[in-house]
Amino acid sequence: MYIVLSIVSALIGGGMSWIIRLELAEPGIQFIQDPQLYNVMVTAHGLIMVFFVVMPGLIGGFGNWFVPLMIGAPDMAFPRMNNISFWLLAAALCLLVTAGLTGTGPGTGWTFYPPLSNSTFHSGPAVDFGILSLHLAGASSILGAINFITTILNMRAPGMTMHRMPLFVWSMLVTAFLLLLAVPVLAGALTMLLTDRNFGTTFFAPEGGGDPVLWQHLFWFFGHPEVYIMIIPAFGIISQVVSTFSKKPVFGYLGMAYAMVAIGFIGFVVWAHHMYTVGLDVNTRAYFVLATMIIAVPTGIKIFSWLATMWGGSIEFKTPMLFATGFIALFVVGGVTGVVLANAGLDVQLQDTYYVIAHFHYVLSVAAVFALTTGFYYWIGKMSGRQYPETLGKIHFWLTFVGVNVLFFPQHFLGVAGMPRRIPDYPDAFAGWNMISSIGALITALGTLLFLFIVWRTMAAGKAAEPNPWGVGATTLEWSVPSPAPFHTHEELPRVSAQPAE
Amino acid sequence: MFRNFPSVSALATVALMAACGTAFADQPYPWQIDLQPAASAVAEQVREFNYLISVIIVAISVFVLVLMAYIAWRFNAKRNPVPSKRAHNTVLEVLWTALPVLILVVIAVPSLKLLYVMDRNPAAEMTIKAVGHQWYWSYEYPDHDDFTFDSIMVPDDQLQPGQPRLLAVDNEVVLPIETDVRILVTSDDVIHSWAVPSFGIKTDAVPGRVNETWVRIRREGTYYGQCSELCGVNHGYMPIAVRAVSRQAFDEWTAAAKEKFARADGGGTRVAGRTATTTAR
Repeated sequence: MYIVLSIVSALIGGGMSWIIRLELAEPGIQFIQDPQLYNVMVTAHGLIMVFFVVMPGLIGGFGNWFVPLMIGAPDMAFPRMNNISFWLLAAALCLLVTAGLTGTGPGTGWTFYPPLSNSTFHSGPAVDFGILSLHLAGASSILGAINFITTILNMRAPGMTMHRMPLFVWSMLVTAFLLLLAVPVLAGALTMLLTDRNFGTTFFAPEGGGDPVLWQHLFWFFGHPEVYIMIIPAFGIISQVVSTFSKKPVFGYLGMAYAMVAIGFIGFVVWAHHMYTVGLDVNTRAYFVLATMIIAVPTGIKIFSWLATMWGGSIEFKTPMLFATGFIALFVVGGVTGVVLANAGLDVQLQDTYYVIAHFHYVLSVAAVFALTTGFYYWIGKMSGRQYPETLGKIHFWLTFVGVNVLFFPQHFLGVAGMPRRIPDYPDAFAGWNMISSIGALITALGTLLFLFIVWRTMAAGKAAEPNPWGVGATTLEWSVPSPAPFHTHEELPRVSAQPAE
Repeated sequence: MFRNFPSVSALATVALMAACGTAFADQPYPWQIDLQPAASAVAEQVREFNYLISVIIVAISVFVLVLMAYIAWRFNAKRNPVPSKRAHNTVLEVLWTALPVLILVVIAVPSLKLLYVMDRNPAAEMTIKAVGHQWYWSYEYPDHDDFTFDSIMVPDDQLQPGQPRLLAVDNEVVLPIETDVRILVTSDDVIHSWAVPSFGIKTDAVPGRVNETWVRIRREGTYYGQCSELCGVNHGYMPIAVRAVSRQAFDEWTAAAKEKFARADGGGTRVAGRTATTTAR
């Protein structure tokens, strides 16, 4: 259900980005006559992709399905809580769509920076709907996180010690803690914004002694862990898949697990690198430069450990493995531009330009979505009992891989040249790279249509999946049960003697 | 190592001029892949730092991607049917933790140097104030009898030949070259951001706060930038244009501007203490 919701949202959010790219294909206003509508699209695209595609897909979908299977538990600890968590999310999506259709819509960007998002500059209920939508999505995430932590800490099968858990389970544990600590901060900030808008408080209004920059601190204290909430489950999936198709255990298992813990921890102390230009003290900025760059170290450990896992392996490039290698390649590109942006001195040139857009689309739109797709192809047999068509899957990979690179790589150049983000029209000099970028969007859209066809084909005419279609490399517990996995798996507790990574 | 970069940047600039013939335009140019040509020492340092870090990240990316390609070729199931079982190598693991740390140190030292240089200049010779509005900028010259004017984008249908679309404004900010200018930035409604890429400047205009930055412009010309923080419907339509002129031309311009534009404090008589506060800042 989470995955279906995620795919539906992806189509809405992706459709919006497609319209944005069409608008930006040439200089001048093409067909979005009202810049407010453009801003609403940008806002909704961001919110939908973050909260309703990547999070439910990776965490809600794959997490809820495979964490219990992998640790040898019959189900999640609180199935009913899981249920309400899902329906809260569905309600949140409805609210968000309502927000987009109410009045002139929320044209604030997904960051909701006041004063633009307060009642003076966005009167009408659209922003309120957006805030409530995030409240519900946040509550849903918190409930989900509690469920994961309880399940992973208490319901492991005998012999499944913490250091024997598959890395995907580790990634979900880290993610759940991040959610539990970060989302309440967002909820608090959103509530403050709501009372600012409706009850005359002035938390973020300078005329009442508040400060708009306070919002940015609160938002990014949530917002930065949020990006790791989206990418750490992706790390987990990639680790499983790389190990499976290389027919080797994960290289440096402990290093991999604790690298994720480290990334999660450091993720909480780097938030102000989103705010280098707001007028922070220079020593503060210097601290955030250093703290941010440190994240590159555990991330590097992960990249090199994946490569070392593949080294000496006997690699079969089935579709999931293709997407996993694609993930690593794109994540490296998105990662090194992150190191560039960490430098406050240089970031002054790049802040709020397309360079930032290119950076986070490489790590999110591309890498995280590649991980989602990897997970889909890897586990679809286990989930539906039917395998996907292999050749079409490979075509899907190459179309998407070429498409996203053509789409996002030129945006680095646009950013360096100084094109600001969130503008519906741009100076004529930016026309060339924008055109290429829009062509990339076309290729990616073709890939997406092919993916829909593959989903339909798998469900309608896919071959029946064996319990373990991947052979000796797939050592985790989910491959020991039939496909599709029965309703309550592992009714008799499996006994685990060896580390799955060994 | 950092000292060698001016020559690299000079080389790159020459290559750039050869490539597109429009280098030294102080606005973006087609197919640009580099920062805009620098018009201040700070922007020059930003460019040099950008070259340094670009070389590093391209090298890292190429290394990882080539390694991946090699692995995909060498350890393909067809070529290597029996997988090894090795899952640990302490030396390797320590190495790939320590090496990135070293690379980061190489990046961090010039980065922090740059950060502190660009932060502020205590010895500014004059001050201007940029105030963001929905959706235009207004400017005040507190050291020159405090006159003020609005700077509004020229709409597409009124563009003069040679004026860049979406960048040209009716009243440009005029600044003298070879002068340390302190720039105060604030807003009277939502958050905007005052950015001129050729100067290496981007400073948010936050209501209730006054942010400070500075520039020393090296050469005459007209420099363009755009509002860089989403500020509502016409966010894309409030550009920044700065015309840098010689000190003499600047004095002539301010003399004329005092007649032409209103005073920021609204009155004909100077408000007591205003000069004092201005110089004290």
